[in-house]
Amino acid sequence: MTQNETVTTGLHVLRVTALCQLQDLGRVGYQSFGVTRCGAMDRISLRLANILAGNPEHTPCLELALAGAVFEVCSRTMRLAFVGDFPLAINGGPVKSNASYTLARGERFTISACRGGAAGSDRFGSHGYLAVAGGFEVKPQMGSCATHARTGLGGFGQDISTGALLPVRLADAPIAPDGVLPHQLVRQGSDKIRVVRGPQDEQFSVASIAGFFSGAFTLQHQSDRMGYKLGGNVIESAGDGSIISEPVSPGSVQVPASGDPIVLMADCGTIGGYPRIATVISVDQGQLAQFTPGKAFYFEEVSLEESQKILQRKEQQIAAFAGR
Amino acid sequence: MLCGLIHSMAPESGRQSPVEIRPVGDRALLAAFENRIDPVVSNQVLNLKWALEQQSHDGIEEIVCSYRTLLIYYDPLSLTFNALSDLVHNLLRENIGPAAPQRRWRIPVCYGGAAAPDLENLAQAHGLTAEEVIDIHGATLYRVYLVGFSPGWTFLGGLDERLHTPRLATPRAEVPAGCISIGGQQGMIGGLAMPSGWNLIGQTPERTYAPERKAPFFMAAGDEVEIRQIDKTEYAHLASKAAQGLRVSEALHDTE
Repeated sequence: MTQNETVTTGLHVLRVTALCQLQDLGRVGYQSFGVTRCGAMDRISLRLANILAGNPEHTPCLELALAGAVFEVCSRTMRLAFVGDFPLAINGGPVKSNASYTLARGERFTISACRGGAAGSDRFGSHGYLAVAGGFEVKPQMGSCATHARTGLGGFGQDISTGALLPVRLADAPIAPDGVLPHQLVRQGSDKIRVVRGPQDEQFSVASIAGFFSGAFTLQHQSDRMGYKLGGNVIESAGDGSIISEPVSPGSVQVPASGDPIVLMADCGTIGGYPRIATVISVDQGQLAQFTPGKAFYFEEVSLEESQKILQRKEQQIAAFAGR
Repeated sequence: MLCGLIHSMAPESGRQSPVEIRPVGDRALLAAFENRIDPVVSNQVLNLKWALEQQSHDGIEEIVCSYRTLLIYYDPLSLTFNALSDLVHNLLRENIGPAAPQRRWRIPVCYGGAAAPDLENLAQAHGLTAEEVIDIHGATLYRVYLVGFSPGWTFLGGLDERLHTPRLATPRAEVPAGCISIGGQQGMIGGLAMPSGWNLIGQTPERTYAPERKAPFFMAAGDEVEIRQIDKTEYAHLASKAAQGLRVSEALHDTE
């Protein structure tokens, strides 16, 4: 009987697209062997979804990119939390996002596609995070459950496809009331992304740097989990446009010979050979991840000290909400 | 604007430091040694990494190395940029000793055939025969400069000058797992199948990345690699052993 329960409880996937992946805060400690960090595109939103669900902040969540999904609860009760500006419904009735809900067996949780910033939409964002109280039952690989499609690492060991039953650690689900994200932690639309200069800013001309900070960029369609391609403001590349390959990290803005910058994102390679003019501060990396193709924005320079004060303030807000 | 500053002088001592330190955003520090591909520089990088790891400092999250640089991820809420920068300079002043003992591996390689579409062209470009290319490539002692790009992709230095060959104008959408290739002055032992613009001259049955093994990787930056030529029959035999999760390369160093 127990065995039977194991296979029939969990979150039943009624409809999903390829743009739904299991992610956590990423794989740490294996970049020296070529293993990409991966993890949530918007790490803060994933952590907030887990706090709403009562989970540890690094617990794996389902990350949805633009597309929606429909789930059915296959257990006596299950608490779900969703962070992201996607339209939500329970059993067809609209409910607010950035909140957690306790559902009973057979109830349906519908997440509709989101194209924040698209014509006629007053929504903001492209990525949403679904947390289940207790977390999904998955085995970490190299310390993380983050999916890396290219190398087949992480996730449930197979695609999350329609009809799948995603096992949930219901026994670990903390007993807690449903909650709502405080307003100051809900992402708002913006057209400013803050960066710290470097590490190769000195290889660019004064005019290039000035152009980088004065002009608007547009997020291009050829953007993915590896990198966000920018257009609309060509930056004169530095030297011959390449350096001896060195370790790179998410947030860095590299400028290849074409002059169209690419911001490295969660799935970026472990090493790169293009000069990097600036690096998006960690607090704003998730904000940039939420932009949709066609979005126009500009970069604002902050000092290293400022960037770390911004981080400290954000972490204090998150800790206060988490009751830490 | 402190953040863009190059710390070319070690604090206090006033002595020229061999390393430049820069921030990479608010959570990483880049330490860069002399700008060249050289075993001496690579050793400086690896020795510093090793020395930092001995500190097991709470605020350091991960250290990633390349030819001349270390990227140190840190938590700015528990370790400041300046404190980490001082730590690096102080370690370098202490004349830190060599990192973990250098290891040497003998990797089986099958040259030519379907997995080596660029062997003939490469030989012709250098006025050599395919056999000469194989002899030169197979007789060289290589150094692993880094493992990166994709799990287990092993970048080798020490390639004979006669084989230096530019990358292909158009990269291939996918090259087979374990490909042995040449890109410019570097050699490569491929891991999983990936896109690549390097010249393919052979294939190893070894899996430099085997996720089902307790230790998914065995080669690391600083190791040495020599090659043992094998034929197609032995390739097939070793490939089936490797598929079972066994390592088919020999360790020539004293195994601890």
